[in-house]
Amino acid sequence: MFAYTGKILRINLSTGKAETEPLKEKMAKQYIGGIGLGFRLLMDNSKPGTDPFDPDNPLIFVTGPLSGTMGPTAGNGYAVVSKSPATGGVAESKAHGFFGPELKRAGYDAVIFTGKAEKLVYAWIDDDSVQLLDAQHLKGKSPYETDVAIREDLGDHYIRVSAIGEAGEKLVRFASIINDEFRAIGRTGMGAVMGSKNLKAVAVRGTNDVNVADLDGFKEFIKMIHERMKGPATRKYRTLGTPENVLVLNALAALPTRNFTQATFEGAEKVSGEYLNERYVAKIIGCATCAMRCDHVAVVPEGPYKGSTSRMEFECLWALGPNCGVDRLDAIIEAMRLCNHYGIDGISTGVTVGFAMDLYENRILPKGKTDGLNLRFGNHEALIELVKKIGARNGWLGDALAEGTKRAAEKIGKGAEQYACHIKGLELPGYDLRGLKTAALGFSVSYRGACHLRSGAYSPDVKGKVNRFAIEKGRGKIVKDGEDLYDVIDSLILCKFSRGTYYDGLEDMAKYYTLATGIEMTPDELIRAGERINNLARLFNVREGVGTREFDSLPPKIMNVPIPDEGVAKGSVVNKEEFELGLDDYYAVRGWTREGIPTVEKLKELDLGRDAHIVRKGGKK
Amino acid sequence: MVKLHERKFVSADPEKCIGCSVCEYACSMVKEKTFNPTKSRIRAVRLGPLVNLAITCRLCEDPPCVVACPRDALTQEENTGIIMVDEEKCNGCGWCIEACDYGAIMLHPETKVVYVCDTCKELGKPQCVEWCPEEALDSVTADVLAQKARRKVVKKLFQETAEGASE
Repeated sequence: MFAYTGKILRINLSTGKAETEPLKEKMAKQYIGGIGLGFRLLMDNSKPGTDPFDPDNPLIFVTGPLSGTMGPTAGNGYAVVSKSPATGGVAESKAHGFFGPELKRAGYDAVIFTGKAEKLVYAWIDDDSVQLLDAQHLKGKSPYETDVAIREDLGDHYIRVSAIGEAGEKLVRFASIINDEFRAIGRTGMGAVMGSKNLKAVAVRGTNDVNVADLDGFKEFIKMIHERMKGPATRKYRTLGTPENVLVLNALAALPTRNFTQATFEGAEKVSGEYLNERYVAKIIGCATCAMRCDHVAVVPEGPYKGSTSRMEFECLWALGPNCGVDRLDAIIEAMRLCNHYGIDGISTGVTVGFAMDLYENRILPKGKTDGLNLRFGNHEALIELVKKIGARNGWLGDALAEGTKRAAEKIGKGAEQYACHIKGLELPGYDLRGLKTAALGFSVSYRGACHLRSGAYSPDVKGKVNRFAIEKGRGKIVKDGEDLYDVIDSLILCKFSRGTYYDGLEDMAKYYTLATGIEMTPDELIRAGERINNLARLFNVREGVGTREFDSLPPKIMNVPIPDEGVAKGSVVNKEEFELGLDDYYAVRGWTREGIPTVEKLKELDLGRDAHIVRKGGKK
Repeated sequence: MVKLHERKFVSADPEKCIGCSVCEYACSMVKEKTFNPTKSRIRAVRLGPLVNLAITCRLCEDPPCVVACPRDALTQEENTGIIMVDEEKCNGCGWCIEACDYGAIMLHPETKVVYVCDTCKELGKPQCVEWCPEEALDSVTADVLAQKARRKVVKKLFQETAEGASE
């Protein structure tokens, strides 16, 4: 095989045993790599009803077919797949940087971790040699400190490390896994699964060649993509970066503020991409093999958080800023630094803090349970302290919030769930769904819970291609098409910032795949693979009892609290009728039942017949 | 006769280089027909988000690697300044590696003899420079490098008046 290594590594952390098995070409083509291959391996290597923290829940690191090549963005990624401790359903997250290609060069398309080590260990994968080494001296260290310490211990600066922080060790349900200091397997709590296995880090050195099938053709193709990377398709990411969204969404009254209470933020200017770049961004760097460079590294120049350094993107900036009513970028940068320090997802962290502040303002959180913090919206010191408490599970509130908004609401009671902004247990990203209703539908049906990157369904709303204040017939198809495409992108592990450089969309991607792997792939086959992958992910959720209509929901604040801000969006809210219509429309276009379960015919059509037994049981455990 | 230096080597601008390693991949692609940074003649060093630089052979005037070789396997080409490795003579002892202040000469993982940047002379220009997405790499002579530094420092000293200048 070209581009693929044709090898899957299996590491049992309980016994310390490592073995490899082949990856067959048919499976590679059907599931591509990345999240697609990850879902297949998850389905085949787990039993229904396994608790996410049970040693039997597999934690799967997967590279993409293009990882390790010079392909811009696709060459540098990896994905992690498991069952999510946040949603109880399928979990996936990707990160770029330098770790993915190293794993490919070490010789693996995927690594499946099962079992649980007796004590804290890290896996040292040195090409063919696999060892579990003691990591007790790394306990409590941040992912980056762990990275540095391991490279020092093993004596090679070029070793790449993917690690968890204290939060992962302590099973914070939205703990992340981080490589290259700022690059996070951020969402769905993969760091907590890693922590439950007593696996502190995965360190890799790979020295093997990665060969493509048609080197000349591949070279010509990537030269073209590299050139396009310098053009308009990536302008946003190279200049202001994603924080450009702050003012764009604020102008649309779609910037969720104070835990989805308002949809505009009076402090937006002060936390805008423009302000960030002018005063804080010290350098814009990039991942391996990428011509785009998008990492806006911000450094606080003065004040109480002087010297605090972090990469900043829109979602986390929004979650820790406007969503908590905080209008100080220095505090937001420090909060983000802390998220990376403890290894927690910046989106879920910010939304969880915002949730706590909302409860406090509404007197649902009793004074005695605030860990001594004055949790009014906008209190940046409370934000910082609460992030620390969550990251280390300190105090009653820190420990409760470390469970995520869904479980924390159950613990707190007294109607707290009315303020919890999550879907399926995963916290919302920074789009006010009350006035972006294609996004509302897209987020609700996403298999990993609330997510802007499972379908990109916010895009037609923001760009004005549809009436964003209504869910109408036809939105189901927009969401489905977006999902299938994004499943392809995340299985090739293309960075979504680069999606605009594939001018001919699927045709470009299919060509890219074939040039690298030598496996014939048409654009139709590729999008069909995307549909297959989406159905497989849904099937996993069905199997785990969280994949039916009742789980495709929206948070109470999106359904019950109309946008109060004066202006274009005033009064907008998602009503039950249009939402149900949207779900019907989506399930119909997916070929699923009204309950949202894939039909046997659909599964056979997608060559998923062997999984049909799951739906024959009616989707209940 | 006094002559300007003609030897051109690859140099990275620390203000532009982001440590992305495209140069490593380009080098292994052109020279080894594969993708493998451990076979690249230029290596990117990332010491932190703000500290990045790609490093390769600088064609020293009195190259310590050549002097260090106990087997006379290394010679410097007169016109180009490129370090030539006689693969028959080299036994991979590593004295040259130790002598190089820049880590620019390395032991090849497969051939087990040392290898070093030859500025892609058979292709006319260094391919890493061609591929560098940040235009951080440049093929320069020592004179041009000094000129660049002088222009930069003067510009810095006269920041306000220089703003309207052609650069």
